Amino acid sequence: MSDELKVPTMADYMAEGKQPEVLFWVGSAGSFDDRAKKITKAFVKILNKANVDFAVLGTEESCTGDVAKRAGNEFLFQMQALMNIEVLNAYEVKKIVTCDPHSFNCLKNEYPSLGGNYEVVHHTQFIQDLIASGRLEVEGELYKGKRITFHDPCYLGRANNEYDAPRTVLESTKANIVEMKRHKLNALCCGAGGAQMFKEPEKGDMDINVLRTEDALKTKPNIIATGCPYCNTMMTDGIKAKEKEKDVAVLDIAELIANNENL
Amino acid sequence: MQYLPNMIFAIILIIAIGFFVKNVKKLIRNIKLGLDVDVSDNKSQRLRNMTMIAFGQSKMVRRPIAGFLHAIVYVGFIVINIEVIEIIIDGLFGTHRVFAFLGTFYDVLIGSFEVFALLVLVAVIVFWIRRNIIKLKRFWKNEMTSWPKNDANYILYFEMVLMCLFLIMNAVDQTIQIMPGTPENHYVEAGSYPISQFLVPLFQGFNFESAVIVERAAWWLHIVGILIFLNYLYYSKHLHILLAFPNTYFGSLKPKGQVNNLEAVTKEVKMMMDPSVDPFAAAPEGAEEEVPAKFGASDVQDLSWVQLLSAYTCTECGRCTSSCPANLTGKKLSPRKVMMDTRDRLEEVGKNIDANNGVFKDDGKQLLGDYISHEELWACTTCNACVEECPISINPLSIILEMRRYLVMEQSAAPSELNNMMSNIENNGAPWPYNQMDRLNWKNE
Ligand code: SF4
Ligand code: SF4
Repeated sequence: MSDELKVPTMADYMAEGKQPEVLFWVGSAGSFDDRAKKITKAFVKILNKANVDFAVLGTEESCTGDVAKRAGNEFLFQMQALMNIEVLNAYEVKKIVTCDPHSFNCLKNEYPSLGGNYEVVHHTQFIQDLIASGRLEVEGELYKGKRITFHDPCYLGRANNEYDAPRTVLESTKANIVEMKRHKLNALCCGAGGAQMFKEPEKGDMDINVLRTEDALKTKPNIIATGCPYCNTMMTDGIKAKEKEKDVAVLDIAELIANNENL
Repeated sequence: MQYLPNMIFAIILIIAIGFFVKNVKKLIRNIKLGLDVDVSDNKSQRLRNMTMIAFGQSKMVRRPIAGFLHAIVYVGFIVINIEVIEIIIDGLFGTHRVFAFLGTFYDVLIGSFEVFALLVLVAVIVFWIRRNIIKLKRFWKNEMTSWPKNDANYILYFEMVLMCLFLIMNAVDQTIQIMPGTPENHYVEAGSYPISQFLVPLFQGFNFESAVIVERAAWWLHIVGILIFLNYLYYSKHLHILLAFPNTYFGSLKPKGQVNNLEAVTKEVKMMMDPSVDPFAAAPEGAEEEVPAKFGASDVQDLSWVQLLSAYTCTECGRCTSSCPANLTGKKLSPRKVMMDTRDRLEEVGKNIDANNGVFKDDGKQLLGDYISHEELWACTTCNACVEECPISINPLSIILEMRRYLVMEQSAAPSELNNMMSNIENNGAPWPYNQMDRLNWKNE
C-alpha cells in the first residue's frame, strides 16, 4: 500500500518551478516514531485522496526546537528555529499543516518574531476545511454509532483555543461522541508535554497518562481519539497499563478518517 | 472636651491611612525590583479584560458555588463601603448619620446595606465551613499550613465581626431613635432596617445612656476594624481585592501556548550563525557597555515586574493547583506554591533592602533551590491548566519556564535524559538519535 503514497518534497516542486498549496510539516515524531509514522501516513492518504497539492521538506526538515524551548534551552530552540526559517523562507512557504500540536503552536506563535511568518494549521483544521469545501467526502460508516471520546491536546486546546475542528471532523463519521468530564478547556494533560515525553516522571502516586486514561475509560468508549502523536503514545500506554487494549483503541483523527474511507 | 472624639477619630484615621500609604509604597518598590516589560500595547483590549475578569468576575463563575458566594461578598463589600464615607464624615465632624437628609433614598441605601451585610455574613460562614468542616481538598494542600491557612480564616472572622458590628450598630441606633428623651438633633429618625430590626428586642431594657454606649462601641469598633483590615491587606492574600485590577489589566494577551523568545539569545544565536560577524571585533565606539545577560531566573529580581505583581495578587485559592496534572498525581509541583514562594522571597528581599539602607545585601539565598526545588520545576508539563484556571490572570507557568531557563542555560542542570534529548536535537535535528537523512524513510516503509 505504502508505495502508492505520493509524497513530493519542496525540492521536487522547486525543480519544476511550482509552489504547492501547503507544506506538510511532518515533525520528528511523525518521521521517526513507529506509532506516529502511521498517523503521518494516514494523513498523507487523506491529502492524496483529496488531491491536495502538498509537499514535505523531507531531509531538509529539522526539529522545530519546541521541546528544547519548554525544557528551558532557548539557545537550542532559536538555533533550530532560525535554521528552519531559513529553509522555509527560501522556499517561500506560505501555509503549513502539521499533525503535531506542539509544532503547530511553535511554528504559529513562536516563529513569527524570529522572522518566520506563515499561516499554520493543525491537521484536524485542515481536514475540517477539506470536508467543508467538499474536497473530501466522508462516506464510510465504519464508526457509525461507535462511542468515541476525544482527548484535547493541551497545545491545540488551551494553548490555541481550538476545540471544535477535531470534534467536527469526528462528527462527520456519525460516531457517537462522548465527552470526558474534564474536556475542552478543562481537559487534563496526557503527561507528555513540557519535555516530559523524554524523561521519567518525578516521584508521585501515579502517572499522569494513567489518570487521563481513567478519565477516558469512564466514558465507556470504543475508541479514544487523539490529535497529537505524543498524546497518542501516552494514552496507548495508559490503556496497556489498564489492560484494556482488547476493548479500547487509541487512534488519531487522521487515522479514523483514513480507516473510515478505507484509504 | 467636646471635640475630643473628633480629634481621636482624626488621629486614628491619619495613622491608618499613613501606614497604608507607607505599605503601598513598599509594595510598589518591591514590584519594581522586577525586570521591565513593555505592556503598553492594546490598551482597549486590556481594559476590556480588566472589566470582564476583575470587575465582572467572569472567570469566577467557572466554579459556580464558589463563584456565586464570592460575587455576594464582592458586591457586598463595594456596596457597604459607601457607608464608610458617611462614617468618616460623622467621625470627623461629630455629626450623626449625616446623609439622613436624603430621606427615602437614604432608607433604601441603609436597607440594602443591611441586606448585603446579612448575605455577606451567610456567604462568609459558608466559606468558613468549606474550608474548615468540609475541608475542600484545594485548601488543605501542603503549602496551606500555618500562616496561609490562618490568614484565610482571619479574613473570614474579620468579615463576620464587621458585618455583625454593623448590624448591631443599626439595631441600637433605631432603638435610640424612638426613645423618649433622645436629644432632638442627634439620633434622628432615619434609615430603614430590614435586618437589624430583628435584633432590636435584644436592647429592649436599655436606658438611653447604656444604649448610646453600645451604639458608640459598635460604631467605633466597626470603623477601627475596617481601618485595621485595610492595613492587614498588605500582609495577606486579601491584597487581591486591590491588585486583581492591575493584574488582569497587565495579564498576557497572547495565545497561552506562546512563550516569549529571549532577545538576548536571538542576538547571540544570529551572531553564531552569521559567518560575516567577527566575534572578536571590538564594540563600536560609544556603544553601551555590554553587561553579559543572565538567562532565565534564579531569584525574584530576574522575573518581570508583572510576574512579581502577580505574586502579590495571588489569592491562594488553589484553582491552579487543583487542575495541575502533576499535582493531581502526587508530584511536589503546585503552581499556587510557585506564586506563594515568589511573594515570600520578594518580601524577604524587600525587608533586606529596608534593613540595609535601601540596597540589597546578598543573603546567600534565592528563589531557586531555597524556595522552589528543581524537582518541582521539572515536573511541569507546560499544559497551561493553571493559567486557564486562574480567576485573575496569573501565569505560574511563565515563572516555572524562566527558572528552567536558568537551570539549563546558566547551570547545565537539566535531568540527564533531557540532556540526551537536547544533544540529539543539536547533532541530528530530532530529539531521538536518528539521522536527519533518514527523515523521509517512513514514506517507503
Ligand atoms: S502548566 Fe505546569 S504547573 Fe501549570 S498546571 Fe500544567 S503542569 Fe501544573
Ligand atoms: S495563581 Fe491564581 S488560581 Fe492559583 S492560587 Fe493564585 S489566584 Fe488562585
